[in-house]
This record gives sequence, structure tokens and C-alpha cells, in this order.
Amino acid sequence: MNKQSNLYTIIYIVILVAVVGAALSITALSLKPLQTDNANADKMKQILASVHIVAENSDVKSTFNQYIKEQYIINPAGTATPGNAFEINVAQQVKLPIEKRQMPLYVCELQNGETKYIIPMYGGGLWGPIWGYVSIDANGSTVYGAYFAHQGETPGLGAEIEKPAFSTQFEGKNFFKDNRFQPISVLKAGTKPYAGEDYVDAISGGTITSKGVESMINNTITGYEKFLESVKSTKQQ
Amino acid sequence: MAIQNKNLLTLFNPVSKDNPVIVQILGICSCLAVTAKLEPACVMGVSVIAVLAFANVIISLIRKTIPTNIRIIVQLVVVAGLVVIVNQLLTAYQYDVSKQLSVFVSLIVTNCILMGRLEAFAMANKPWPSFLDGIGNGIGYALILIIVAFFRELLGSGTLWGVQVIPQIWYDHGYANNGLMILPPMALIVTGCIIWIHRSYNKDLQE
Repeated sequence: MNKQSNLYTIIYIVILVAVVGAALSITALSLKPLQTDNANADKMKQILASVHIVAENSDVKSTFNQYIKEQYIINPAGTATPGNAFEINVAQQVKLPIEKRQMPLYVCELQNGETKYIIPMYGGGLWGPIWGYVSIDANGSTVYGAYFAHQGETPGLGAEIEKPAFSTQFEGKNFFKDNRFQPISVLKAGTKPYAGEDYVDAISGGTITSKGVESMINNTITGYEKFLESVKSTKQQ
Repeated sequence: MAIQNKNLLTLFNPVSKDNPVIVQILGICSCLAVTAKLEPACVMGVSVIAVLAFANVIISLIRKTIPTNIRIIVQLVVVAGLVVIVNQLLTAYQYDVSKQLSVFVSLIVTNCILMGRLEAFAMANKPWPSFLDGIGNGIGYALILIIVAFFRELLGSGTLWGVQVIPQIWYDHGYANNGLMILPPMALIVTGCIIWIHRSYNKDLQE
């Protein structure tokens, strides 16, 4: 058969694509359950990481259930309805206008009996999505811990947001300053915040990712403003 | 004996004399992107070795059936398919590794070394030599990545594999990490220095 003929070429490429396509779909379908499990376990690990709990791969689920006592769905008015927060797609919610959002909230009870509120965040970095979890003390303002992750930020630059060196800076910072709600800023070293809010240092060489973190915090936490306010006022009474 | 020597040459030549990065100047793009830290550089090196070896074998097996005018497309389909399958397997069985690899896996598809080796070697050779050629070129690539990443991480962050190696006392006496080292241009300069040293030892490579 003439290997240079058009017919041969067309048949060849059709068969090749069919074979490769079949191989890809079989791999994708057969591995799907395992991948979903892994992704869920990873999400649980990330949530726990924001309250400084390291879960082993083997018992992520039980550790998660042990610490995360309640899950709520928060509406923009600040009302918390019990619900399956884990199933909520934060990526979709943060794209909606604030008054339409249904945001997830995890309530964690530490071994010493302290209650922490864990808020998921989602936004965009330089190359792709960035996300994270921030845990807030029972006073509704002070950050207890934070965890950041990214899909494909530049290694050594923007990707440094996932390092403790960056995330530990958030600990002890407040979302309420002078009784006003002010999301934490991410600033270039040496600059001062405009409105006197709490701030952390940005990553050198990772300007766009750092700005992404800032706008992610701004955008996501604003959806919880009313809720945090109500937590804060009940605490003060 | 002669055949064995030829195979050995196929395996080891790309490590130094015919190194894909510093002699053929291929794969420079990923060399700049992933060498700010030692760990991703190693992971990238290992994944390129694996994908290159298998892609070489597959292309070599079907080389006689490939129509000449669409051979690049065929190579691309094979490489892309392979990379996606590897990625799927990693997400299912090695989730932590796959998270580290995320962006690098897609970089492998566009790595010029792959297309170069498939086109120049696998299309004209039997599977076994092609396999060795893939391994050899992969090692040659990984080696340069690791050397570059070693210097960039050491001088840029003061760490190696994420572990602090520059003692705190140096910093107390005014030593500072070189911020330029973690930026991509420095990878090019370090690679350039490696090429310089390599060529001054290998006079026959000088032009």
C-alpha cells in the first residue's frame, strides 16, 4: 500500500486518534473514583492545615470528622444555615455578586475546646487559580491560621505563597480594625497600608500572585462581613 | 561487542558530548522555568526521562507505518497522550507528587528535546536503542537542570531541597540572598556559564 497516499494518511490518523482517545478515556474513567477520593482527602487536609492540624494520609477522613464539628452555609445577610458546606463550589460562588452568594463555613473545635471558624477562599494568581483557607478566632476578627495553595504559580516566586513563611504572617492579624471591617492587605515591603488595615509582606518577584492573594481575601471575606460582625458582637455582649 | 558499544554510546553521549541542553541548546525554556528550586527540578528531570524513553519506544515501534507528511502530528499525539496518561495515573496513585508536577507535566509536551529526539532518533532506529537514547537524553537534561537549580537555590534562597544551609550567623553579619538568582534571567546566565566551562574542556565543540 502506498504510504504517502491521502487515503492512507487519513485512515492512519483516524485510527491513531481513536486509539489514543480510547486509551485516554479508559484511563480517565477507571481512575475517576480514586482521583475524586484523593481530591476530597486533599481538601480536608487543606482545611485542617488552616487550624495547624496535620492529618496523615491514612486517616484524613476521621481526623476531619473529629475536628470539624459543624458545617454551615452563610448567606450575605450573615445568617448561618446548617448544611453540607463541603459540597459547595467556592470557585463558582466567589464569581457571583456578593448579595447572591452562598458561602461555606466550617466550625472547628480544637482539643483545648477553642472554637475556630474556617473560611475558604478562591481567586486568581498569575498563571491560574489560587485558593486557601483562613481560620478565625471565636472573636470573629483575629486570624488563627491560614493556608494557601495554587495550581501553577511560578516556582520560587509566586508559588512561595504556599510556604509557611508567607502564610504564618497572617496569624494574629485582624479583620476588624477600629471597629470597621477591613480585609488584610498584602503589601510590598516598606509600604504602608492606605486605610490603616492590618497587612502582611508580599512575595518579592511574585507581585501578581501577591496582588491575587490580596484581591482573593478582599473578594471572598467580604461575603462573610455580616456573619463575622454578628459573631463579633455576640462575643462582646 | 560493536553493537553493545554503540548502545553505550547512545546512552552516554547525550550526557556530555551531545547534551541536549548545553550542546544542542534544546529545552532551555523549561530549564529557566523550573530551576529556582532543586526539588521541582529533580521531579521535572525524572518525568522527562520517563516520558522521553516511552515516547521514543512507541514512535520507534510504529516508525515504519507513519506517513511522512504527518509524522510531527503523530509524534505530538503520542507524546500528549502519554503525558496525560502519566498525569492521570499520578493523580490517582501519587496525589502529592502530581500536585507538585501540575504545571511541569504540561511543560513536558512542549519540550523541544522530545520532538528533537523523536524526529532525529526514534524515527530511524529500533526500539531498544531508542529507549536508551531517551534515557540518555533525559539524564543529560536532568543533570543540567539539577546543576542550575543547585546554584540558584543555594545563592538565591540560601537553602537546598528546602533545607536551610547558609547558617544564620552569615545573615547576622550582613550576608544577603541574591534575589536575582531566583529570577529566570539568572538561569540563562548560569546555563551560559555551564556551556562555557563545558566547551573549554571539550575543545572539539568549539566553533
